[in-house]
Amino acid sequence: MSSNDVLGRTEGGDLRLVGLTKRYGSFTAVDDLSLTIPQGSFFALLGASGCGKTTTLRMISGLEDPTIGQIFLGEQEVTDLKPFRRPVNTVFQNYALFPHLDIFENVAFGLRRRGVKDVKKAVTDMLDLVELGHLAKRKPTQLSGGQQQRIALARALINQPQVLLLDEPLGALDLKLRRQMQIELKRIQTEVGLTFVHVTHDQEEAMTMADTIAVMNHGRIEQLGSPADLYENPNTTFVANFLGQSNLIPASVESEKDGVVTVSAHGQQLKLDAKRCRSTSGKIILGVRPEKVQVATDRGEVPAGFNALSGGKVVDTSFIGVSTQYLVQMPSGEEISVFEQNTGRTIQRPGAEVVVYWDPSQGFGLEGTQDIEAGAEADEEAAA
Amino acid sequence: MATQTISAPATGGDAPLKVRRRSPLAWAKSHVLLVVTVLVFVFMLLPNAVILWMSFNSPDGKFNYTWHKFSLDAWKNPCSNSTMCHSIGLSLEIGVVATIIATILGTMIAFAMVRHRFKMRSGINALLFLPMAAPEVVMGATLAALFFNTIGPGAMGFWTITIAHVMFCISYVVVTVKSRLAGMDPTLERAAQDLYATPTQTFMKVTLPLVAPGIGAAALLAFAISIDDYIITVFTAGNSETFPMYIFGSVQRAYPAQIDVIGSLMLLGTMSVIAVSQILNQMRTSRKK
Amino acid sequence: MTTLTEAPAPVEQRGKERKPRRNLTPWMLLLPGLLWLTVFFLVPILTSVSASVQTGNYDDGFKLTWHFANYRDALLNFGPQYWHSLLFSVITTVFCLALAYPVAYFIAFKGGKWKTLLMALVIVPSFTSFLIRTIAWKTILADNGSVVHVLNDLHLLKITTALGWTVGNHVLASPAAVVCGMVYNFLPFTILPLYTSLEKIDPRLHEAGADLYCGPFQTWRRVTLPLSMPGVIGGTLLTFIPAVGDYINAQLLGNPNTTVVGQRIEDLFLRQSNGYPVGSAMSVVMMVGTLVIVMTYIWRAGTEDLL
Repeated sequence: MSSNDVLGRTEGGDLRLVGLTKRYGSFTAVDDLSLTIPQGSFFALLGASGCGKTTTLRMISGLEDPTIGQIFLGEQEVTDLKPFRRPVNTVFQNYALFPHLDIFENVAFGLRRRGVKDVKKAVTDMLDLVELGHLAKRKPTQLSGGQQQRIALARALINQPQVLLLDEPLGALDLKLRRQMQIELKRIQTEVGLTFVHVTHDQEEAMTMADTIAVMNHGRIEQLGSPADLYENPNTTFVANFLGQSNLIPASVESEKDGVVTVSAHGQQLKLDAKRCRSTSGKIILGVRPEKVQVATDRGEVPAGFNALSGGKVVDTSFIGVSTQYLVQMPSGEEISVFEQNTGRTIQRPGAEVVVYWDPSQGFGLEGTQDIEAGAEADEEAAA
Repeated sequence: MATQTISAPATGGDAPLKVRRRSPLAWAKSHVLLVVTVLVFVFMLLPNAVILWMSFNSPDGKFNYTWHKFSLDAWKNPCSNSTMCHSIGLSLEIGVVATIIATILGTMIAFAMVRHRFKMRSGINALLFLPMAAPEVVMGATLAALFFNTIGPGAMGFWTITIAHVMFCISYVVVTVKSRLAGMDPTLERAAQDLYATPTQTFMKVTLPLVAPGIGAAALLAFAISIDDYIITVFTAGNSETFPMYIFGSVQRAYPAQIDVIGSLMLLGTMSVIAVSQILNQMRTSRKK
Repeated sequence: MTTLTEAPAPVEQRGKERKPRRNLTPWMLLLPGLLWLTVFFLVPILTSVSASVQTGNYDDGFKLTWHFANYRDALLNFGPQYWHSLLFSVITTVFCLALAYPVAYFIAFKGGKWKTLLMALVIVPSFTSFLIRTIAWKTILADNGSVVHVLNDLHLLKITTALGWTVGNHVLASPAAVVCGMVYNFLPFTILPLYTSLEKIDPRLHEAGADLYCGPFQTWRRVTLPLSMPGVIGGTLLTFIPAVGDYINAQLLGNPNTTVVGQRIEDLFLRQSNGYPVGSAMSVVMMVGTLVIVMTYIWRAGTEDLL
């Protein structure tokens, strides 16, 4: 075996992070992170900048050493292995294509370093996979951003790594191209069956592509789950605000009976499904997504059993086309966001007095002592 | 897919998690690069240290090459040797004059190259590049021959030296000013003209202030090259003696400690100039905030 | 709807074409400096080509006699000097490259916030007179100095003298001292272009190399080295060319057996009354030789973005 030999691939190898911590002096970038990513899944690490997601990725690739903790690929521990000995490849944020080599040589690079003699077929096939076979002789600077991104992907994929790491690879692309690439990446991942770990701050991107998302905040995982779980049933205000938007209403629990929790907010009674509540006594934060809420001019229009808050006044109406976005101000001063789909219902003008209502099973209850604004700013920054 | 569970380590529930340490081999490897760099820096800086050290020496004999005993005499009487100070004066004069001429000529060329379009660009580029690449012996010898044939050996002196210095400094000035000029945003001048500035005003109020640091750097470079030049100077000097010529001659006649004093002063002088300009830069940037 | 534009007028009715004005400004700016260079650089060099085939002396004057024997004299009598010049400059360039690359690499990639300071440390010493600094080596390599003592104790001097690099028990007045002085003087010329070139390399390319199975040496060989080639070529040229013409180091640190071309040319011009033609011939040979070597080097090494 040459000294450059890469760790032999083991079948069915899950990627396991155990107690991973990274400290820079007094600053902790990643805080005791433990995680198992099953082989063949599309996993997303989602969070605002500075949350530790890129640091985690670099530790998996070997470009950073963890301060504490271990990394396993299947049964084998890879924590001490240098990057060139791990069967892990990275698609870098700025692509990092070698400017002194043409496209063919860039894609062939990893194969050549591992001693593969005849690379022609593999490279040609891979270039066909990303539909850029005709650019094989060009230099990276002669390609557009989207093309460079696909070559960076091809260069990593061709080595058939056990885990493919993607560090915000779509960040530099314009919206249309990004959407296209999101579908492409997902298609390729399903076709090739490798484990993809995708780092991004774009929550829509994560939700579209990933099977499982880990939302990170200040070096820790806030919540781990499928996109639907995270969206419908967030654990914390951070997750509720970071993924999409939420109305978060402070309330206090009055009673719990038969799986229904009754809370009161602003002197009105509201109901929650006990299974979707993180706490069932004392202070609670009632959350409901704006698209689940509707407005009515009369209390009588509210279907039976639905939660309703009366006394609201519309302070802002934005007609987006697909939907109308209302800001409804309650007597207490609190503002509720409502996204009403454009089904032809009358659009309420600012000043109108309305009742907001929603299906109680669509709400969720969070621990009452959390910061209501957590994650909201981070989301705005990320979206900018 | 169902929600993934965060699973416990396989090595056993209460096995302590290792604190990672960088492997000793990696540390040794980067250590090697550091060691080599330090050694090379010592190699490069040793002579300067020796010059400073030897300036405090009272030489045993005519040549200040080996340590004899400590003395401040050289520092107290740097100009006890009038020939040496005379040669320093000549070098400074030539330096100032040559710098002024070379900077003006070179800046003009730089402006023409960057701001205007014309034919024969590559030929002119070659002409500018050659003096930097040609061996000094050749330039000095051939120029000396020209002077021999035209004005005769007797007339060589201050002006022939200055002419030669200007000749080889022009290229360096052009390169320095060109790079500064090329980095300047041309839309600034267009903005000035849009705001009713005449070409002269544009040049004086916008272009010149922005290029000034480059011109300053070029002038400093030209001065440094001129002061320190030996080979071309010795060919064109006739009976005059510049400081480098004096030093070279001292190796035959007598090498006093005063030369080391001057050498140390030159170094300390340059370092202070750089330090002062850095401090000024810091003050300027912090004042802006 | 009314149209806002009119159809173009027929050709015969169009106004007179305005001739573009000849722009004289660039030439006015260029002329003084270029004239200076032409008169004091080009003309002398061309004159010396003609001088190289003249005969005569300072008292009687020189005449163009197509005396090509000057070249024969130059090469026959001073062959060893040419050889020394070539040998010393090649060795110096190689040593300079070997020492400059690690230093430039270190400053560029591991220097961090100390980069500018370290590069200043490389350049600033050059602002002291290079003659004084070269003479300082007489002190460092003096016979009763620590360096020679250490080399003696390690018995290294015996080996180097046997190889012809040093002379007897001395390091001074030997080829080794000359090369030492030359390497010392030209090292910043090699470091600077190398540093500029290395500094431009995106460090993430190193990470990409490691990600794609390059060990440390492979990363350097496959990623860093190719990308730093412009710096390598620029640095070696910027070292070799002045080194060929240098004779100060040979004069100050060498001995009569280590003389180089420059010393002879100076001698012929300044201290011999009939040395002008042969001196010119030697200059021409030196120029042409250097040009040939440099052109071959550039041609073999490739010229992409040299300057």
